[in-house]
Amino acid sequence: MNMHTTRANTEAETKLVDIYDRFATSLPGDDKVSAAREDAIAALKEFGLPTRRVEAWHYTDLRNLMRDAYEPAAKPEIAEAEKALDAYDWLSGIIRLPIVNGHYFPELVSEVPEAIIVSSLCEGESAFIDGSLEADNPINILNTAFATDGLSMIVDEGETVNETIGIANVFTGDKSAMASARNNIVVCDGASCAFSERHVGLNGLAYTTTSVTNLWLGVGAKARWVIVQEEGDLATHLGQLNVTLGENSELEIYMVNTGGKLVRREINVVVAGENSSLNIRGVNLAGNENHIDVTTVLEHNVPNTVSSQIYRNVATERGNGVFQGQIRVAQIAQKTDAAMACNTLLLSDDCGFSAKPELEIFADDVLCAHGATIADLEESHLFYLQARGIPENEARNLLIKAFLEEILDDMDDEKFAEALVCRIDAWLDARK
Amino acid sequence: MKMLEIKNLHARIVEDGTKILRGLNLSVKAGEVAAIMGPNGSGKSTLSYILAGKDDYEITEGSITYNGQNLLDMEIHERAAAGLFLAFQYPLEIPGVPTMNFLRTAMNSQRKFRGEKELTTPEFIKLVKAEAAKLKIDMNMLKRPLNVGFSGGEKKRAEILQMALLEPKLCILDETDSGLDIDALKVVSEGVNALRSPDRAVVVITHYQRLLDHIVPDSVHVLSKGQIIKSGDKSLALELEKKGYADIIEAAA
Ligand SMILES: Nc1ncnc2c1ncn2[C@@H]1O[C@H](COP(=O)(O)OP(=O)(O)OP(=O)(O)O)[C@@H](O)[C@H]1O
Ligand SMILES: [Mg+2]
Repeated sequence: MNMHTTRANTEAETKLVDIYDRFATSLPGDDKVSAAREDAIAALKEFGLPTRRVEAWHYTDLRNLMRDAYEPAAKPEIAEAEKALDAYDWLSGIIRLPIVNGHYFPELVSEVPEAIIVSSLCEGESAFIDGSLEADNPINILNTAFATDGLSMIVDEGETVNETIGIANVFTGDKSAMASARNNIVVCDGASCAFSERHVGLNGLAYTTTSVTNLWLGVGAKARWVIVQEEGDLATHLGQLNVTLGENSELEIYMVNTGGKLVRREINVVVAGENSSLNIRGVNLAGNENHIDVTTVLEHNVPNTVSSQIYRNVATERGNGVFQGQIRVAQIAQKTDAAMACNTLLLSDDCGFSAKPELEIFADDVLCAHGATIADLEESHLFYLQARGIPENEARNLLIKAFLEEILDDMDDEKFAEALVCRIDAWLDARK
Repeated sequence: MKMLEIKNLHARIVEDGTKILRGLNLSVKAGEVAAIMGPNGSGKSTLSYILAGKDDYEITEGSITYNGQNLLDMEIHERAAAGLFLAFQYPLEIPGVPTMNFLRTAMNSQRKFRGEKELTTPEFIKLVKAEAAKLKIDMNMLKRPLNVGFSGGEKKRAEILQMALLEPKLCILDETDSGLDIDALKVVSEGVNALRSPDRAVVVITHYQRLLDHIVPDSVHVLSKGQIIKSGDKSLALELEKKGYADIIEAAA
């Protein structure tokens, strides 16, 4: 039986194709980009959105969960974009690069140090065409087909940028729409810098964000990448970070997921340079009826590399969380040290969490430790805190915070770590 | 005035129904230091947990009155705010909760509950520094998560620091002396003695006379198989030290 021909399109799938047909000519890019978009939409027509039968999407049946599709969001007026940005708190001392509804606003950027070359992706050459268009990569398929803009950025060789480079993704407007941005970022040899990628949007409005960022770290480059996903409460967020690590490079990724109704965050790292290291720390919070899926794929392709991943998750109310962590160690990648831990607190009867570590190891001299725990709060800890006069609710929050925030301790930017703690606290406070 | 009055207390473990306390009677006056001694497994820690409000136990009979109030009606944190403090036999390690943060939350929760003004950061730090110095506790230790990686003796000292800061009315010390070195025993005892006052009572659970050399009790009670089988003055502890429990248990049987 041929699945593809017998599959009836869902409403969202039909709409996506229809929207593409209507918008294709108005989407930016040269001929190569147009060709890439055509390929992407052909892939969508062929595969549809993934069901649980696609292994990488087993716990997130996108075809079932993504009920509706929206037109690409139009570029707002500058004044409107500015107003939308002003509705949120932004850390001071950050180089803020605003992307509103999938459109970059260079007019709203404060000064950028000379070490950084940044431009709208639309201005660049054929910038949209990386990434697979296979059935298990709907994020890239959708983003390639519909991306309206994004950033092209280079951090120059040997330069150190002290301010965090903040990619400020905001969704605004009074109409459901799809915001799709795509970023290509190169941190050149020996450069050192920190990025933050934040996603915020309106509550009470259904919209879709697709976001793909391709990041390259050159020889000896050092970078921190912080993802703060706080989309509106009815939003669908499909995000992907694709990283290639060069020789002797160091990358640390911090991720906090507190928003969105349907969220899939993918982190794909190709560890391509010897002696490189990767640290990922993630906090994922699923409340209400939200579904948050974090899926990571690490490919250790060369010898002598280190990766460490720790995820702390809380599911409560009717929230549902997923973590899939795949680590592949190639045959030549001897002396790989890859550690992964996923710890989850389940705080209600109706919440859930699925954790799936997956190791594919073809080298023989490697260290690969992984562990997943799922538990409720420790009763004896609760009792101890209460016995000191702390009311139960507060004691619970104290323990939940401790559990989550412990993994931010390693972050050497205290101000930023504090800001992340504030986002976590805000989420907790909202459910007292 | 009676601060604590326990009458005919019967308690069992909720989970499996095992009876632990079987008709325990005890009363402690304000200003009094009462020592409870008794063989391993006789129910001393169980009694202290029940006083603090741990819900692993079910009270099947009897009553506990604390300053005229029915203690069993009060929530765990209410008991603490009303001045009841249990120094744990085995203080718990709580990863991720910085000790200072915990101390401050505890102190201010109690104050808030009692309708008192909460401490400002400088006020709080000043208090902690002063009390930590008295107990010879290094402030660096308090930057670590609560009790995590503390040595046995450090944990006990940290319990007494909490007690000194929270200024409870009824202090229950469950084998605070175990794990302490000779100098620490002295420091901790001085800490407890400093809290002795006419409006405060102390219940000291211990196996050893040496603690009672430092914290001299007004009364001594022997707990065996869930009951107080004998009470006396400080000489009773000396007698137990010499002869052990066998005679007394036999006489009570
Ligand atoms: N949660 C529990 N589950 C099972 N048994 C329990 C539980 N709590 C207490 N017990 C049992 O109750 C009895 C009394 O225990 P308790 O800890 O009160 O003794 P204790 O007098 O403090 O002893 P020690 O001097 O050794 O500290 C013991 O036999 C103990 O095993
Ligand atoms: Mg005991």
